[in-house]
Amino acid sequence: MNAVTHGADQATAGSTAATGAELVGTPVVTPEPSRTRDVRHGLVVHGLQLAVLVVLLGGWQLLTSTGHLDPVLFGEPSGIVGRLQTWITQGTSIGSLGQQITVTLEEALIGFLIGTTLGIVSGIALGRIKLLAEVFGPFIKVLNSIPRIVLGSVFVIMFGLGLESKVLLVIVLVFFGVFFNAFQGTREVDRNLIASAAILGASKWQITRQVVLPSAFTWIIASLHVAFGFALIGAIVGEFIGSQQGLGNLIRAAQGTFDANGVWAAMVIMAVVALLAEYLITRLEKRLLRWRPTQLSGPDL
Amino acid sequence: MTAQPSSPSPPAGTPAIQLMSATKRFRTPNGSAYTAIRDMDLIVEAGEFCAIVGPTGCGKSTTLTLVSGLEKASDGRVLVHGEPVSGITPGVGFMFQNDAILPWKSVLDNVAAGPRFRGVAKATALTSARDWIRRVGLAGFEDRYPHQLSGGMRKRVALAQNLINEPRILLMDEPFSALDVQTRAKMSNELLSLWDLTKPAVVFVTHDLEEAIALADKVVVMTAGPGGTVKATFRVDLPRPRVVQEIRFEPAFVDLYHQIWETLRAEVDKAYVQTTGSAVAS
Repeated sequence: MNAVTHGADQATAGSTAATGAELVGTPVVTPEPSRTRDVRHGLVVHGLQLAVLVVLLGGWQLLTSTGHLDPVLFGEPSGIVGRLQTWITQGTSIGSLGQQITVTLEEALIGFLIGTTLGIVSGIALGRIKLLAEVFGPFIKVLNSIPRIVLGSVFVIMFGLGLESKVLLVIVLVFFGVFFNAFQGTREVDRNLIASAAILGASKWQITRQVVLPSAFTWIIASLHVAFGFALIGAIVGEFIGSQQGLGNLIRAAQGTFDANGVWAAMVIMAVVALLAEYLITRLEKRLLRWRPTQLSGPDL
Repeated sequence: MTAQPSSPSPPAGTPAIQLMSATKRFRTPNGSAYTAIRDMDLIVEAGEFCAIVGPTGCGKSTTLTLVSGLEKASDGRVLVHGEPVSGITPGVGFMFQNDAILPWKSVLDNVAAGPRFRGVAKATALTSARDWIRRVGLAGFEDRYPHQLSGGMRKRVALAQNLINEPRILLMDEPFSALDVQTRAKMSNELLSLWDLTKPAVVFVTHDLEEAIALADKVVVMTAGPGGTVKATFRVDLPRPRVVQEIRFEPAFVDLYHQIWETLRAEVDKAYVQTTGSAVAS
């Protein structure tokens, strides 16, 4: 993905130089390594990654099959794959696998959307309006300092085993990270940009919408990565505490029957979901922040 | 085109800008007051190009923020077209020392921003933005983002962004100080020819005396800060149109330069001693 953006930049730099006599485009272009070297480097990296996987999973399998680790307590890779197969082909003890994933994702997504929206709106509001920050600042600090995961129990007691209690827990977990980033991002907006927009005729709302929000977005989007992780955790823990369906429920059921492979298999599914979500958020980030120069240094994960 | 007559036209002869013993004090983080300008008197006529020169920290930029309405005077009066300033002054353009164009908007959207903020229909705003982009010599770059442009090009965007609103007053805070010498001279020439199109009153803050004389009708020298004020005003009667790169070789220019520099030098020395804390004046 990095290579693609880089290439596009080079193209613009080239045409800028061609048309703008004394004014040359700025993107700094590092010397492109030759193609074969690129390919070889890629092979080395992927080969090493494969080796790490083989050592980890192979070692685990070896230790359990030779009797050094008890497969009943620790699970084993082959057993996890087998469990996943059974779940996919025959369904789980509490219904089809797709349904469990859907339930958990639904809780996580609804909570994520509400939580991030609330976080962004209140973060920007408190960042822009001093009185609001002064009034609500202490409350937010107190709320942030309590271990919010415990609220899961409260919500299950209050709203029962269904969707609402999970969504609430997700909101509570997601909100604060996004809020603090939006708040900080709002306060770090270049004052010159605000002054300039005001002089050009922008109203307060137009400044918030067209200057503050895009500027704070670099901060906000950074928090979304973490926030989605929290959303999944919230949904799973909520289900774990009390539910009738979902991946968290599946994990609890597996734990209850000493089914270590089942717990691991549920974790694999969650990991896949989380990676997919991460991919989508990165796509969104690239789209929304395409006005930014590509100047990040250091390795990309 | 997009001019927004904000107030009924003032009677002819009313200066564009009047500062009457304007004073601005800022509160510093440790609670004490810092006086940026003190008892400043300044008159800029409509259509006049006024340059303000002075050593670092003399309050040149503060003067501009008072006129634009970004800051309020602590004492004294600030009138624009005969009206006291309150809130952002309508009909004013402001070019900042650092880039203040929006990095997430393309060149076209940046230039169209002013009319769009003021509620002009999108199509109209874009048409007039294209017009101004062409006038500042950026045709073909409408879709670029600011980070893809050179420093000089970004200045042109900022200039177009301000001029599209057809301001009656254009405030410029060392707008070209970050540019290299050649680009700067080119930009100065273009500024003069663009200024000729709509003839706003200009207040151009700089610490480069040569730039000030080459551009302005009137050069105002400020005393060293804190609490800077007007030390002397010089009229520049060099004929227009001027070519910035060449005008400095003319005898009249050289004479004027010597004359103003004599006044400015004492203040520069004073400011230098203050900032370095040493007593070694030249």
